[in-house]
Amino acid sequence: MKRTLVNILIVAATVAIVFGLDKVVSRLQNDPSLHAGYPVRILMLALIAVIAAVSLNLVNGFTGQFSMGHAAFYGIGAYTGAALTVFAQKQLFGHILAIGEETGWWLSSGVLLLAMLVGGLAAALTGFVVGLPSLKLRGDYLAIMTVGFNMIVVVIANNLKEMGGAAGFNGVYVGDTLIGIPPLTTFFWVALVAIAVVVLSINLRRSVHGLAFESIREDEIAAEAMGIPTTRYKVTAFVLAAFIAGAAGALYVHFDLRVSPADIDFIVSINFVVMVVLGGLGSVSGAVIGAILLTVLPEALRMNGSYRLVIYSIMLIVLMLVRPQGIFGRDEIGRAWMLKQVQGTKTLPARISGWTASLFDRFAHRRLSS
Amino acid sequence: MNLSRTGKWMSVALPAVAAALLIAGCHGGATKSSGILIGEYGALSGDTATFGTSTDKGVRMAIDEVNSKGGVGGKKVQVKVYDDQGLPPQAKTVVTKLIEQDGAIAVLGEVASTNSMAAAPECQKSKVPMITPASTNVAVTKTGDYIFRTCFIDPFQGGVMASFATKSLHAKTAAVLTDVSQDYSKGLAAAFKNTFTRLGGKIVAEESYEKGAADYHAQLSSIQAAKPDVVFVPGYYNNVGAIGRTARSLGLTVPLLGGDGWDSDKLFEAAQGSLEGCYFSNHYSIENKDPRVQEFVAAYRKQNGGESPDAMAALAYDATKILIAAFDKAGSPADGDYSSEEYRAKLRDAIAATKDFKGVTGDITLGPDRDAIKPAVVLQIHGSERRFVATVNPKDIPL
Repeated sequence: MKRTLVNILIVAATVAIVFGLDKVVSRLQNDPSLHAGYPVRILMLALIAVIAAVSLNLVNGFTGQFSMGHAAFYGIGAYTGAALTVFAQKQLFGHILAIGEETGWWLSSGVLLLAMLVGGLAAALTGFVVGLPSLKLRGDYLAIMTVGFNMIVVVIANNLKEMGGAAGFNGVYVGDTLIGIPPLTTFFWVALVAIAVVVLSINLRRSVHGLAFESIREDEIAAEAMGIPTTRYKVTAFVLAAFIAGAAGALYVHFDLRVSPADIDFIVSINFVVMVVLGGLGSVSGAVIGAILLTVLPEALRMNGSYRLVIYSIMLIVLMLVRPQGIFGRDEIGRAWMLKQVQGTKTLPARISGWTASLFDRFAHRRLSS
Repeated sequence: MNLSRTGKWMSVALPAVAAALLIAGCHGGATKSSGILIGEYGALSGDTATFGTSTDKGVRMAIDEVNSKGGVGGKKVQVKVYDDQGLPPQAKTVVTKLIEQDGAIAVLGEVASTNSMAAAPECQKSKVPMITPASTNVAVTKTGDYIFRTCFIDPFQGGVMASFATKSLHAKTAAVLTDVSQDYSKGLAAAFKNTFTRLGGKIVAEESYEKGAADYHAQLSSIQAAKPDVVFVPGYYNNVGAIGRTARSLGLTVPLLGGDGWDSDKLFEAAQGSLEGCYFSNHYSIENKDPRVQEFVAAYRKQNGGESPDAMAALAYDATKILIAAFDKAGSPADGDYSSEEYRAKLRDAIAATKDFKGVTGDITLGPDRDAIKPAVVLQIHGSERRFVATVNPKDIPL
C-alpha cells in the first residue's frame, strides 16, 4: 500500500517536472530572438531516437535476435499517424487547421496520443506478420528478412502517390491551400514517452518475461529445454518493439511535419542498430546514451567541415576497439553501477597510461591470434 | 590490461566531449556580423553527393566573381555551406542552424525536391529568402512567398517539345506514350498535348504504361497504326531504352521525343542505338554557342582543374547571381544591418521582381508563383553523346 503511494508520488513528480521543462523548451522554441531553435531541434530528435533505440534494444539486446529493419516500423508509424491527422483533420479538429494555428492542449494531446496508438498498432500488426514466420527459425534469418522488409516499405512509400511518393509527405493540397500535418508533438510528450519506455524496459528486464527474453539470448536450445516457449517470446519482443517504434514515428512526423521515403531508408535502420550496439547490447542505459551520442555527435562536429564524417567514424571505431561490448556492456546506470565505478578509482594519469597500455595489448593480442 | 576500466573512462569522455563541442558550436546565437552571409545547404556526401558538390562549385564561382569586383555595397559576400548528406531531416536541421546560429540573410539549395521541401518551411517561418537552383517539383515553391526557384518546373518541358516538334520538325500529328505511375510523366504529357493542339497539330494516339512494365508491343503497335509524325515519350531513362528498342523492331521509325528524364548514360546502354537522332529537352547544354555559356564554361574549367560544368553547376551559378543582383537592387540598408527583417523583406521583393536576368541557362524571369520562366534546350542523341540543337523560349509556347 505504501509502495503504491510512493510510486504514484514519483510518477506525479516526474510529470510535473517534465511539464515545467516543457514550458521552458516551448519558450525557447517559439521565441526567435533566443536563437534556440537549433539546439531544441537536436534535443527533440535525440529524444525521439532514444525511444526508437530503446525499443530496438528489446529485440537486439534483450532477446538476442538481430533486427535490421527498425526504420520500417518507425516509417509505418509516421505515415499512418500523418495520414490520420491529415485526411481525418476535419473530423478530429472540427475544421481544417491553418498553418501554425494553435489548438487547445487537451485536444492536440489527445489527437497526438491517438496518432501514436494508431501508428503503433499498424507497425505492431506488420511486425507480427513479418516476425511470426521468420522468428520460428533460429539464426540470422531475421536479419535478412528485416532488411528485405525495410526495402519493401521504402518502395511502397515511394509509390504512395496519395502521400507524396518519393518527394515525401507534408500534407495534401486542396487547390492552393495545404492541409498540413499539425504540429502536435511537444517536448512534454516526447520526454514523457521516452521516460516511460525506459522505465518499462528496465522493469521488463527484471521481470519473469524479461528473464525469458534473456534466456533466449544466452542459449535458445537450453531455454526451450527449460520449457520457455521461445517463438512466442521472440514474437512478443519483436511486436512490442515494432509498436514502440511506430509510436516514435508518429511523434517524429508531428514534430518535423513531414516524412519521406529517405527518412525510413535502410541506412536509418543501421543507425538505430549502431546506437544500440555502441551503448551496449542489452543495456537500456546504453541505448539511451547511444541514441543521444549518435544524434548529437554529428552536429557537434559540424564546425570541422568536411573532416566531420572522418572524425565521427574514427570516434566510433576507437570506441568499439577499446570497448567492444559497448559503452555500458549489459550494465544499467544505478546504485550497483555507481559503486562499481567508485571502487578502485585511479588518478587520471594512471588511467591514461592504463588505457594506452591496454590498446597496445589489444593490438599485440590481435596480431598473435590472427 | 584493465580493458573495462579504460572503456569506462572513454565512455564518460566521449559524451562529455560531444556535449562540450555542441555548446561551443552554439556560441550564444547569431553574431551580428557586418558582412553579408549567404547560407548554402546540399548533399556533399551520401547518395546524391555529385549534385551537392557541383552546386557548391557553381555557387562559389559566382561569389568569387562578385567579391573580386568589390562585393555588394562595398562589403564582401560570404557563403557558409553545410552538408545534409542528402537526408531531409538533416536538411531541415542545417537550415535551422544557418538561419539561427550563423545569421544567414538568404539561403541557397537544394537539388532534390524532397530536401528543399523539408527545409523551405524553416526559411518561410523565419522570413529568410530561399532560392532553390534545381528542384523541379511543383510543390516546392508553394510553401510560401519567401521560397523561389530559378529552374523551370517539370510540365514546362512538355510545351517545349511540342513547340520544337511543330516548328523545327514540322510535325502535324503526334502520339503520346505516358508513364501513368509518375506525376512527372503525366505533367509533361498534358502540357505537350495542350501546346501541340494549340499550335495546330493533332494528337492521333494516346497510350500509357506503368513503371516497371517490361513489354511495350501492344502500345507501340497501336501508335504505329495511327502513323504519327513524332512520338512523345515523357518517361524515365530506365523505361525509355526498352521503348526505343521495341519501337524500332516494330518498324516505327519516326523520331521519339522526351524530357530531362532521359538524361542518363544508362539510356544509351539500354537503347542499344535505337534512339539515334531522337530529341529530349534539358536545362542547359555545354555545347550552346552563346558567348555567355562559353565564357562560363571556360571560367569554370579554369577554376576547377579542367572539369566541365554540369547542369547543376550552371543552375547554381545562375541562382547565386540572381541573389546577388537582388542585393544590388535592394540597396544597402540605411542602418547597415543586412540581417534585419525589414531588409530581408526588401531582398525578397527584389528577388521576386527578377526580370530578364541574363543567366548561363538562359534569360530568367520570376513569375507570380515564384517559379522561373526561362528557356530550355533541346538535345539530340548521337551515339552516346547529346548534341545541342535548339533553344526554346517560353514565348514560343502559346499558353
